[in-house]
Amino acid sequence: MDYEIVMGLEIHAELSTKSKIYCGCSTEFGGEPNTHCCPICVGMPGVLPVLNKSVVEYAVKAGLAMDCNILQFSKQDRKNYFYPDLPKAYQVSQFDLPLCKGGYVEIETGGVRKKVGITRIHIEEDAGKLMHDEWETGTLVDYNRCGVPLIEIVSEPDMRSPEEAKAFVENVKSILEYLEVCDCKMQEGSLRADVNLSVRPVGSTAFGTRTEMKNLNSFRSILRSAENEARRQISEIEDGGRIIQETRRWDDTKGYSYAMRSKEEAHDYRYFPEPDLVPIVVDDEWLGRIRASLPELPAARRERYIREFNLPEYDAALLTSSKRLADFFEDAIKGSSNIKAVSNWIMGEMMRILKEKELEADAVPFPGHYLAQLVSLIDKGTISGTIARKVFEKMFESGKEPGLIVKEEGLEVVNDEGALSAIVRKILDTNPQSVADFKSGKEKAFGFLVGQAMREMKGKADPQTINKLLREELEN
Amino acid sequence: MKFYELTAHELSGLLRSRKLGVVELTQAYLKRIDEVESVVGSYITVSRAEALKQAEKLQNEFDSGAELPPLAGIPAGIKDNMCTEGIPTTCASKILSDFVPPYNATVVEKLAEQKTVLLGKLNMDEFAMGGSTENSYFKQTRNPWNTERVPGGSSGGSAAAVACGEAVFALGSDTGGSIRQPAAFCGVVGMKPTYGAVSRYGLVAFASSLDQIGPLTKDITDCALVLNAISGHDKMDSTSAPVKHPDYTKALVNDVKGMRIGIPKEYIGEGINEEVKKAILDAAEVYTKLGAICEECTLPVTEYAIPAYYLVSSAEASSNLARFDGIKYGYRAEKYTDLLDLYKQTRSEGFGPEVKRRIMLGTYALSSGYYDAYYKKALQVRTLIRKGFDEAFSKFDLILGPTAPTTAYKIGEKADDPLAMYLGDIYTVSVNIAGLPGLVLPCGFDAEGMPIGLQLIGKPYDESMLLRAGYTFEQNTGYHLSRPQI
Repeated sequence: MDYEIVMGLEIHAELSTKSKIYCGCSTEFGGEPNTHCCPICVGMPGVLPVLNKSVVEYAVKAGLAMDCNILQFSKQDRKNYFYPDLPKAYQVSQFDLPLCKGGYVEIETGGVRKKVGITRIHIEEDAGKLMHDEWETGTLVDYNRCGVPLIEIVSEPDMRSPEEAKAFVENVKSILEYLEVCDCKMQEGSLRADVNLSVRPVGSTAFGTRTEMKNLNSFRSILRSAENEARRQISEIEDGGRIIQETRRWDDTKGYSYAMRSKEEAHDYRYFPEPDLVPIVVDDEWLGRIRASLPELPAARRERYIREFNLPEYDAALLTSSKRLADFFEDAIKGSSNIKAVSNWIMGEMMRILKEKELEADAVPFPGHYLAQLVSLIDKGTISGTIARKVFEKMFESGKEPGLIVKEEGLEVVNDEGALSAIVRKILDTNPQSVADFKSGKEKAFGFLVGQAMREMKGKADPQTINKLLREELEN
Repeated sequence: MKFYELTAHELSGLLRSRKLGVVELTQAYLKRIDEVESVVGSYITVSRAEALKQAEKLQNEFDSGAELPPLAGIPAGIKDNMCTEGIPTTCASKILSDFVPPYNATVVEKLAEQKTVLLGKLNMDEFAMGGSTENSYFKQTRNPWNTERVPGGSSGGSAAAVACGEAVFALGSDTGGSIRQPAAFCGVVGMKPTYGAVSRYGLVAFASSLDQIGPLTKDITDCALVLNAISGHDKMDSTSAPVKHPDYTKALVNDVKGMRIGIPKEYIGEGINEEVKKAILDAAEVYTKLGAICEECTLPVTEYAIPAYYLVSSAEASSNLARFDGIKYGYRAEKYTDLLDLYKQTRSEGFGPEVKRRIMLGTYALSSGYYDAYYKKALQVRTLIRKGFDEAFSKFDLILGPTAPTTAYKIGEKADDPLAMYLGDIYTVSVNIAGLPGLVLPCGFDAEGMPIGLQLIGKPYDESMLLRAGYTFEQNTGYHLSRPQI
């Protein structure tokens, strides 16, 4: 039987506000354990929370960017459970009145576009971290992360493949980056996803029993865990078994998932309205101000690139997938006459190097217009494409201007016919066989001789001149 | 002169006219504590050294002729559920028996700005749960009028200390009557201000939507002075209202002519002690004679107030007290096998029976499947109770009634009957549920010489009306001048 995968996601994104959601402590990642803490975020007796307004603004921005309805009257609730990383033994979250409801995010996989529904976006506080120190007996707690603001983005069960789920997370990440509400550093846990997945026979409209895979913090683990879980569920059903609704944990190094203990999942969170906080009221004026502050979003930017720069859809989509990349591109094309070439360089060499070094586009050590200069050096014939790639790598190493690198390393193309004639004659002298081959009609031998001359010049010769000189010599 | 029998405004006059020094006054109060503490037992912690240090500092300020606030130099005590930096704050619980906060409650900061002298931390029912101060982990506070009897609760230490002169005034907290009932039992003035009038920052929460800090004083004038000192919006407490508070001493006017006073028939019907009822009706008569218009009125859902109160307050408490888990501060069980066992042992050993009862009740009321039947229903009753008051206040300026059905009972008399204890809250809990201000002042004694407290209930933020009515009653009766012989 053929099966269809049904997936819905919950994405947790740490908001990049300066201070925490209910106190003035810093949200900065890292830091010595328990140094970004105060009586409020560690839940000392008698302290009270005061909502950071930026958190509301950031969440509303995310909601607007995903076409949600903004609830102008919402409230916060307590989610009660005991765990040492949760100092109050409850997490302040939103239960029945989240800030944002009912939006969508568009994704594209295999050339097909579709809308993935957003059920809700709500604000909540993050918990601390348990640290298992191998030199100590027992476990230590670091409360630095307590009270760092989060939004939870809950999607509809609209995705039908792990690739769609990955595309969804990519697009959500890209939107949050454009809004500058989350730094989306997945390796630091500032963006993480829970994946709900079920399978059903193709053609069936009823949902199968789902499982929830918790806390996935890379695209790779989202893809792999979903593929793995779909296979597990299908084989379970094929073997006549039954899927148990449960929470599972994915071990990315071992490449398999396991059910979490039933004790951990048997939570009754006893939600009730947080009596220490007042309802959140976003009036028309405030909402208007937030709406007006929205930047251009990825979809709009993509359309603009196609319209304004005549870029192919593929280029536009790739360049706008990350705000940092698109910002670099726009910086690079300022004053450039060859936009397509700049785009090619970014999509090709630059992406390759960034991937190699595991860097984001904002870590490029030189400004965008250096790339424009490089393209113009090629276009003017000052350097060849091969040399340009070398120059580009050196720009990544030193951050220097391409013109300077070319000059310092003597990489200009040699156009001087006199100098090149000597080289050509030398090549003809040292390769008599090839000369004979050419004269007997083997055109391939000509290419070899050009290559030899270029090699002699270490790539710095103008290939057209070499061509011309060689043909003159051979035909005379 | 018995300084311990004087009010803050009287003592302030003596300090200002240099007939009395701050150190001398503080020493007099510390001496009084030494004399009666073994019998009354109001304090959990007496911060003697800090008090004398503060007194010396203030004496210098008096000597320099600086202009000082009205309560400057006045020795006061505060209930042990308000955080005091560097001074233990126990909530009368084993689980916080060694807890020393690194911060002050906002009210503590405000009293410091007023330059009062902090004598120490007062006894209470554990986590403010109870009406007799019998639920303290540390000690039993006794009623200064009759030491066989309870002082009321949960602010029993605060009321007893003011009654017997172990503090000029005290701060208490009131979630369902915890300032007003002990004030009535001990024959002092107690006020629960409007919810939101006084910051709760640093008050260890029992039930966040009901808790409110307020003064316990020897008379209405002191009540107005302390209210002036502690009320006001606090940016650290989102539920404190951004309203401008008037100067409450301006309300101290001896005149109630034309004031419309409602007496709810539900408050003087079944279940009330006849002597208490008579004292309350006599008080109404006093008002009538002074030109007020007293009429019977109705507060329809009074019978549901107690169940609604115990559901809401216990639900919030079950969550508020969850942080006492032995991980970060406070008591931790010595023996445990794993994390779950650490929680179980710590909380089993650290909390007393009444606190455990409420945590269980509240946890149950919030559990999935029961939420709608209990917690949500209680919130609906809460709305109805508010509506009932709204209607009454469309006709009346204030509501007059008893504080408790009886006067102070014997220690141990109700200790094993929690339900009987809960029923004693019938006239006070509605005020918290509706977030209204309530003022209690002495209005007589029963045949056994135990004080009876008159309760006045006002519109939100109309503390001035209550103070004016209270002041007028005081000026025309004089019950506030009686002191227990101890």
